[in-house]
Amino acid sequence: MRKNFDIPLIRKRLGETNGKKYWRSLEEIAETEAFQDFVKHEFPQGADQLLNPVTRRNFLKLMAASFALGGLAACSPTPAEKIVPYVRAPEEIIPGKPIFFATAMPLFNGASMPLLGESHMGRPTKVEGNPDHPASLGSTDAFAQASVLTMYDPDRSQIITQAGLLSTWSSFVEAMRGELDAQRSNNGAGVRIITETITSPSLVSLFQDVLSEFPEARWIQYEPVNRDNAREGAVMAFGEDVNTIYNFEQAEVIVSLDSNFAQFGPGNVRYARDFADKRRISEESTAMNRLYMVETVPSATGTMADHRLPLSTAQIEAFARALAAELGVDTEAPDTLSEVPEGWIAAIAADLQENGGQSIVIAGDNQPPAVHALAHAMNDALGNVGQTVVYTDPLEGNSINQTEELRALADDMDNGRVDVLLIIEANPVYNAPADTNFADNIRKVPFRAKMGLYLDETASLCEWNVPMSHYLESWFDGRAYDGSVTLTQPLVNPIYDSHTPHQMVAAMIGQSASSDYDLVRNYWSDELGEDGFDTLWQQSLHDGFIADTALEEKSVSASTADIPAAEAAEGSGLELNFRPDPSMWDGRFANNGWLQELPNPISKLTWENVASISPATAEALDLTTGDIVEIRYRGRSVEAPIWVFPGQANDTVVITLGYGRTLAGRVGTGLGFSAYGLQNSDARWFETGVQLNQVDRGYELASTQTHFNMEGRHLVRAGTIQHFREDPEFVEHMVDHGPFDENLSLMPGWEFDSYAWGMVVDLNACNGCNACVVACQSENNIPIVGKEQVLVGREMQWIRIDSYFEGELDNPAAYSQPMMCQHCEQAPCELVCPVAATVHDAEGLNVMVYNRCVGTRYCSNNCPYKVRRFNFLDYGDQTSESLKGQRNPDVTVRIRGVMEKCTYCLQRISGARIQAKIENRRIQDGEVVSACQAACPTKAIYFGDTNDPDSEVSKMKAQPHNYGVLTELGTRPRTSYLAKFRNPNPALEDPSAHEEGHG
Amino acid sequence: MQVGQTDKTSVVEFPVVEPGHTYRSIGEKISNVVLNIHTPLGWVFAFGTGSILLMMYLISVAYLFAYGVGVWGINIPVGWGFAIVTFVWWIGIGHAGTLISAILFLLRQDWRTSINRFAEAMTLFAVVCAGLYPILHLGRPWLFYWLLPYPNTFGLWPQFRSALAWDVFAVSTYGTISAVFWFTGLIPDLAGMRDRAKHPMLKFIFGGLAMGWRGSARHWNNHQKLYLLLAAIATPLVVSVHTVVSFDFAIGQLPGWHTTVFPPYFVAGAVFSGFAMVVTLLIPIRKIYHLEDMITLRHFDVMGKVILTTGLIVAYGYITEAFIGWYGGSQYELFLIKNRFVGPYAPYVFGLIFCNLVAPQLLWFKPLRTNLTVMFILSLVINTGMWLERFMIVIISLTADFLPSSWALFVATPWDWSLLIGSIGLFLVLLFLFVRTLPMISVFEMQELLHKQEHGH
Repeated sequence: MRKNFDIPLIRKRLGETNGKKYWRSLEEIAETEAFQDFVKHEFPQGADQLLNPVTRRNFLKLMAASFALGGLAACSPTPAEKIVPYVRAPEEIIPGKPIFFATAMPLFNGASMPLLGESHMGRPTKVEGNPDHPASLGSTDAFAQASVLTMYDPDRSQIITQAGLLSTWSSFVEAMRGELDAQRSNNGAGVRIITETITSPSLVSLFQDVLSEFPEARWIQYEPVNRDNAREGAVMAFGEDVNTIYNFEQAEVIVSLDSNFAQFGPGNVRYARDFADKRRISEESTAMNRLYMVETVPSATGTMADHRLPLSTAQIEAFARALAAELGVDTEAPDTLSEVPEGWIAAIAADLQENGGQSIVIAGDNQPPAVHALAHAMNDALGNVGQTVVYTDPLEGNSINQTEELRALADDMDNGRVDVLLIIEANPVYNAPADTNFADNIRKVPFRAKMGLYLDETASLCEWNVPMSHYLESWFDGRAYDGSVTLTQPLVNPIYDSHTPHQMVAAMIGQSASSDYDLVRNYWSDELGEDGFDTLWQQSLHDGFIADTALEEKSVSASTADIPAAEAAEGSGLELNFRPDPSMWDGRFANNGWLQELPNPISKLTWENVASISPATAEALDLTTGDIVEIRYRGRSVEAPIWVFPGQANDTVVITLGYGRTLAGRVGTGLGFSAYGLQNSDARWFETGVQLNQVDRGYELASTQTHFNMEGRHLVRAGTIQHFREDPEFVEHMVDHGPFDENLSLMPGWEFDSYAWGMVVDLNACNGCNACVVACQSENNIPIVGKEQVLVGREMQWIRIDSYFEGELDNPAAYSQPMMCQHCEQAPCELVCPVAATVHDAEGLNVMVYNRCVGTRYCSNNCPYKVRRFNFLDYGDQTSESLKGQRNPDVTVRIRGVMEKCTYCLQRISGARIQAKIENRRIQDGEVVSACQAACPTKAIYFGDTNDPDSEVSKMKAQPHNYGVLTELGTRPRTSYLAKFRNPNPALEDPSAHEEGHG
Repeated sequence: MQVGQTDKTSVVEFPVVEPGHTYRSIGEKISNVVLNIHTPLGWVFAFGTGSILLMMYLISVAYLFAYGVGVWGINIPVGWGFAIVTFVWWIGIGHAGTLISAILFLLRQDWRTSINRFAEAMTLFAVVCAGLYPILHLGRPWLFYWLLPYPNTFGLWPQFRSALAWDVFAVSTYGTISAVFWFTGLIPDLAGMRDRAKHPMLKFIFGGLAMGWRGSARHWNNHQKLYLLLAAIATPLVVSVHTVVSFDFAIGQLPGWHTTVFPPYFVAGAVFSGFAMVVTLLIPIRKIYHLEDMITLRHFDVMGKVILTTGLIVAYGYITEAFIGWYGGSQYELFLIKNRFVGPYAPYVFGLIFCNLVAPQLLWFKPLRTNLTVMFILSLVINTGMWLERFMIVIISLTADFLPSSWALFVATPWDWSLLIGSIGLFLVLLFLFVRTLPMISVFEMQELLHKQEHGH
């Protein structure tokens, strides 16, 4: 009877099935769960009857109810509380027009990313950056863009369960309160709460209430990619933890010690923008900052470097010591730096000193504390503190060493000191270091409850599971990288029977009936005073953040006294490095198909992780891409495919976290291998002495690009800034053929007398971070295709970021070039379509008429840029009920057999045109912003009317370093590129040696 | 006109009809193939094989329609795969028929008589096989009729600048003219069959198809005029169809496609493969039906010469392509040529060179031209080579074009192969049904030829 709906059984079934069938069967399962919920709440007296073993009649009833419910789920009303739209009041809802609400997403180390959520008739479909907040300035990163899909994920945890059986919030609260009450006698000594990093002031205050009720209870914050090292480094330098904010807009010289600051970490979007702003080149202004990148594995930020040096993590510490010593910091320089080219340290030090107060030394979170402390000392010595480097109190309300705390918890659990364990969001069973034996230890806790978005690895070992609301369904607050308080407003009522962490923690202290809205609002009304609070609250919700709450600058002085002396290099052999995955981060995004299919910024790998090694190491170990190796360390081992990564440091193996999930959902389960299985809590980011043994070969890795050599073609045009200063025309001259003769045709050219839309991509700003790719996917209803289809070259993303290597194999320059439909004025695709399904419009757009397309694919064959995408199979999932809500209603969902491609976000152009017509005016410059342009953290994409000489895009196109790709074919592309420049240090490289030369 | 006698030695050595035949014996021998109740085992074997392959074809098509063209190995950048390769291959094969029946008719080549009917039928069925591919390869095949110019509520014509739209006209015109030409030639023989048939049902069917042919002088006069006119109409089509098919590639700007040498080189290649296919089919059929006295070694000798000649034109095409690739100075073209010979598909290219350039050189020698084992194997080799040639043009060019970032390989799936092999089944079934139900050699033309041989006019 009831066991037909056994959740563990379903979970098991989910784990066992694969492929297409898997999708369908799970969909059924998901709906059945929803149905149970429906039955239980609506018809308790009829529930048993309906849950009888499946007869045909019951089956039909069940299906009918499931369908009805599925329909309801897709049109949840807007929340009952008053939420404030960003632009217009709710009564102004115009069907077909989206409304934007300010909200914020908790991301790296709990720091929030301020966003605007786009709501179509009560359905959030996309997010944009919040232009008013300094952390975003209107841009986002790939994770924020992809977060919408997670909300609609049909695999989310949907209903409260106890030991796999359906339950309710009130029974859960009762059970939890019962357990807690039993702990009162010993002051809650057996109570442990695990969360991820919490920056929310209101939640921290709730936790303090809990801890005052249970003084002996412990609240542990843990996420695997944490800032423990940064914290310990700060403690080492200043005696206390601080949050470091960098002002890249003032930095002329930057030394990054393995910090991928432009892509990841709090403030990533702002840092990317500020960094790129210092690299915007025009004929008039050729000033440019300079980045020295010392890193183990090529990163998006590393592709922007003017000088890049691959070093193993251990060597980076030595490098930091040498540089610090050179800068006059009181530390001992290492005797030898075999891997660092002669003169580097001195040249960098001189460059930094010359730009004292206008430079930054930044250390990556993977670096040991000593490197962080040295970076602080170097910034201090250079006079950067207070200028380019600002310190504040830490963002999190309760700064702890997360790994230490987790290890202590594992010990406590092992020794039976934990009776009640509440886990909110964290997934330590999956992502705790292997030596904590978390999965074994957690079983020793009598009462375990988990609140989370998914029924994940940790949830599977917990008796109680409470679905957590997605941030787009929650009231929440948090701190952005600068400490300013952001407010998260829900855009939709929770789709499932979910609650927020606020409600969970409040329930622990007997406030189970409180709504998340009240909990957040009441905290702030207490905090800010009742006087005029209503107005302030309205304004803050509208803005997405509470004004003037950024943390105050803190004055600290760095000391090097506590920095331990350099340890003698322990052992030799390969160094194993762990890195967060650029798409999966720590694994939390595993069930997000957009991110799974998002190519790695440089290697372009999708759907799995690899063990990457440098070409020289591959040669030495006789390994090649596609070999399967067993990585063995301290008695533990995992099997991983090898990827040979040009530009990686020699004698290192880099593996990324976030894969090898066993209970992620239909999309993410069983992909790749889990790096956590090798991680030890005493050395989280790198260890020396790892062994690789080849066990197999010929494994196929799904990369969206297989050829990284430009073959001498001038696709990405690059040079030194010095060269550009001397000869601004040199980019234009990098061609193989003479310029295409525009007068070859006997026919007069088309006149575009209204608007002429065009785009410019600044390669000097683009770091290949992928935000545009996901933004495009979200805006344009682009499906994912799965690993098998990526393997055969059928990925659907409209933007692909081409990656090219140039120069020596061991440390090549890596270029990123976003490539999407170029909207050629003489489009080769249009000529060959036999049914006129791709045509030109009056404004010069190459438009695709999906309804007319019969799918000959001739257009794609004739496209020299190969930017067209074809629905070889029925990729657009048209049946999953919950996914329908995510779709942008302004964009057609394409069926099988239809060609598609970048439209320059035609729907946005149309929207602006309608508005302009209503107001009887022309579309203004900046009114049409394509999805990729809006998302781009570095503002590398310009879009607008090229007929307007004053538009930003026209000005860019007039630059001497503006060029079109393959213009010698006479395609006259509307998209053009601004060349990429390097600003090498004259002391390290003769700037007059233009290796690229004239074509 | 007695053009056929210019090469007297050859005629004496290898006559087009063995001596000893009378009008009656010719008529009976040919019509007996159809009217005889006994079916030779060879036919059953060939038809049975064809049916099995046809079944595979139908399954492949059903699967294709159910799931989409994604069941094949095509991708971005290789948007066209086996479907287009095989389409061009079949169209090429179809060329021999019209060339034999129309051009050689106008040139009064008497040796064409005993093989023209068969070659025309082969053309027709090859066009059927070819013509289905462009529909099957569509992403949305149920909308294929949008490629036709028909009045519709969209108010839309096809896009006439596209070579695919030209293809529709070229192939459909070719198919229509071939069918009409073939049927016109059949009328007098259908009447003969009507007269010879015993079974009333057969009499009725053949009688209907003969459309009242009585063999009067006026009938003959009209028939011969019409036939001549149709031959004149069909002649330019021999050149135009494959020229237009070559435009599919030549108007594209892909390196390896964008070349002006394609029209003549495609036409020569088509005739080359068409004749090879005629040889492939005639050798077993001649054996099964004991037609050695009507399809003589002379035919194979002449066909061998045609194959050799067209093969040399094709070779010239390859050389020109490679030369221009270098001489043109475009790095994309140069890369393409290099990629063909050292790239991942180099074995295909070398296979093609062996099949199309090296192997046909055997045909310089008359003993080999008249050795049927050699001819049979060679014809298979040539048709393989011609398929590889289209593979090289269509697929290899697409795998590596302008932007290296988008380069990708094409790997055929089992469904690619099943549809290719299955289409041979469709061809065989149609061909052997024809052999069993209609006179495969033109009776009246053979009788006319006999008359000419005996009377010299």
